[in-house]
Amino acid sequence: MKNGSSVEVRLPSELGFEKIAMSTAAGMAQLMGFSQDRIEDLKTAVAEACINAIEHGNKFDDRLDVGVVLSSNNDELEIKVIDDGAGFHSAPSTPNIDRKIAGEEEPRGMGMFLIQSLVDEAEWHKGPPGRSFVRLVIRLDKENS
Amino acid sequence: MQAATKVARRNATAASGDDVAILAFSGDIASTSKEAMLQAYHAVGPVKKVLLDFSGVDYINSSGIAIIIQMLLEERAAGHRTIGIFGLTPHFKKVFTMVGVAKYATISPDQAAALSEM
Repeated sequence: MKNGSSVEVRLPSELGFEKIAMSTAAGMAQLMGFSQDRIEDLKTAVAEACINAIEHGNKFDDRLDVGVVLSSNNDELEIKVIDDGAGFHSAPSTPNIDRKIAGEEEPRGMGMFLIQSLVDEAEWHKGPPGRSFVRLVIRLDKENS
Repeated sequence: MQAATKVARRNATAASGDDVAILAFSGDIASTSKEAMLQAYHAVGPVKKVLLDFSGVDYINSSGIAIIIQMLLEERAAGHRTIGIFGLTPHFKKVFTMVGVAKYATISPDQAAALSEM
């Protein structure tokens, strides 16, 4: 695959379509030579980013799409997941399983934590409508880390 | 777009001699799975040990994991049942451990191992 190759996918704001982005990301990572373990990490991170965009960004609005842009650059794969929401600016918090089991914290709310834990870089960018995005990066040189 | 969650119930006996209800899931484990999973879970009856079998599942997201946490939360509150998990891929075993599920449910590689640990 040529360095700088880019693929763009547009998803309806409906749960389940995140699997299209997962498959696309997995295919691109496979072409770049990532291990299956890293591809599984990437698939989960991309799915969670798309689910957040569908649910919280676009609020299931069927007039809005979620944009997914995948770009290879040397040994790194960058994925931007773009929605029409206000975006997040704060760092994700680590879920507290004890508080969840005690009923003191919602059972949900683990997506951003998983994204940040499973990729090498994760950044949330606030922007005007259609411009809020999360940027994920995985690198080949992190294969054995 | 999401594959409907199906749940099949079967029974087994743990190494301790206790009856065990096994709930075998297939399809996606996501927010849309909540009704199917919790209904099946609430219908297991008076058994004190339940195993959740994910060997037929390819896709689990954080909303699906939240449903499993909901089961653990209910059992913690009621205090009368033990839940174990088996059949996860190595990736999802890692994810379940990352979010802390492994602290409240034993995660075993397969049914035989899960039953021997109960």
